[in-house]
Amino acid sequence: MKVGVITFPGTLDDRDAQRAVRLAGHEPVALWHREHDLHGVDALVLPGGFSYGDYLRAGAIAALSPIMTEVVDAANRGMPVLGICNGFQMLAEAHLLPGGLVRNQTGLFVRRDQRLRVERTSTAWSNRFDEGQEIVIPLKNGEGRFVATPEEVARIEGEGLVVFRYLGEDPNGSIDAIAGVANAAGNVVGLMPHPEHAVELGFGPTTTRMKAGVDGLEIFKSALEAVAA
Amino acid sequence: MALIVVDVMPKAEILDPQGKAVTRALARLGHEAVGDVRVGKRFELRVDGDVTDALLDEVREVASEVLANTVIEDVVEVRVVDEAELAR
Repeated sequence: MKVGVITFPGTLDDRDAQRAVRLAGHEPVALWHREHDLHGVDALVLPGGFSYGDYLRAGAIAALSPIMTEVVDAANRGMPVLGICNGFQMLAEAHLLPGGLVRNQTGLFVRRDQRLRVERTSTAWSNRFDEGQEIVIPLKNGEGRFVATPEEVARIEGEGLVVFRYLGEDPNGSIDAIAGVANAAGNVVGLMPHPEHAVELGFGPTTTRMKAGVDGLEIFKSALEAVAA
Repeated sequence: MALIVVDVMPKAEILDPQGKAVTRALARLGHEAVGDVRVGKRFELRVDGDVTDALLDEVREVASEVLANTVIEDVVEVRVVDEAELAR
């Protein structure tokens, strides 16, 4: 399976995402934001970073990139699309996902190994987890606070669109401790923590053993099953 | 020549950490009369020709679809500052 990883000006984790795709058994395809061609990929990853220096709003200018026309079309046709951190902010700005991401409640940039609860497994990117499963994924952001109007939050919760929720202290002050959401169809998922940093023994978050966490790999493997299904 | 000014503010129900930080700093400096500060954005769009109704509609659309994300922000005002005012 081919998984496209889009690089925008200011993207930082595209190489890590490509590597995670490879470790999950897929073929990564590097895509450039100015193209209008998805090169026949089966799934898409919008990686993290600080596209356009977070100017205007985090992810806002990248969401208007040429390639986003094709991303929105592919997402609406059902292609698995994953947005990580800045990629999540882009998907929210492109209105492919509900809500918005604003500066953390504390005003601080947070970096930690984050415990999450998997709330929904019927998505293209979380189908290898059990509902209620606890996972650990590194988190690093300054604008990761998930917000929406009370009516929109009621809809998100009511339709079961929450995929990942923070466990323990909420690092951002997100509404309902929301760390990741999906669209109604479940093919588009965005999350603030970085699964691509939890894919290889010795380089992941500290779980039972030092740097042994590889929970992120399951997210990249999930897409294969979603496409095969 | 004219200038179109667009003011954008975070939605009232969404906490504004930037405003809170300024509020706390002002309190620390002893400005007790100031109760609360919210921080928004001002965009200045320079226009060469006349400001027609059609152009204003176009700017309003740009304001609500690009300059602001109406999920988290409100476009508070779109106004025209004319030449005479600019000259001052």
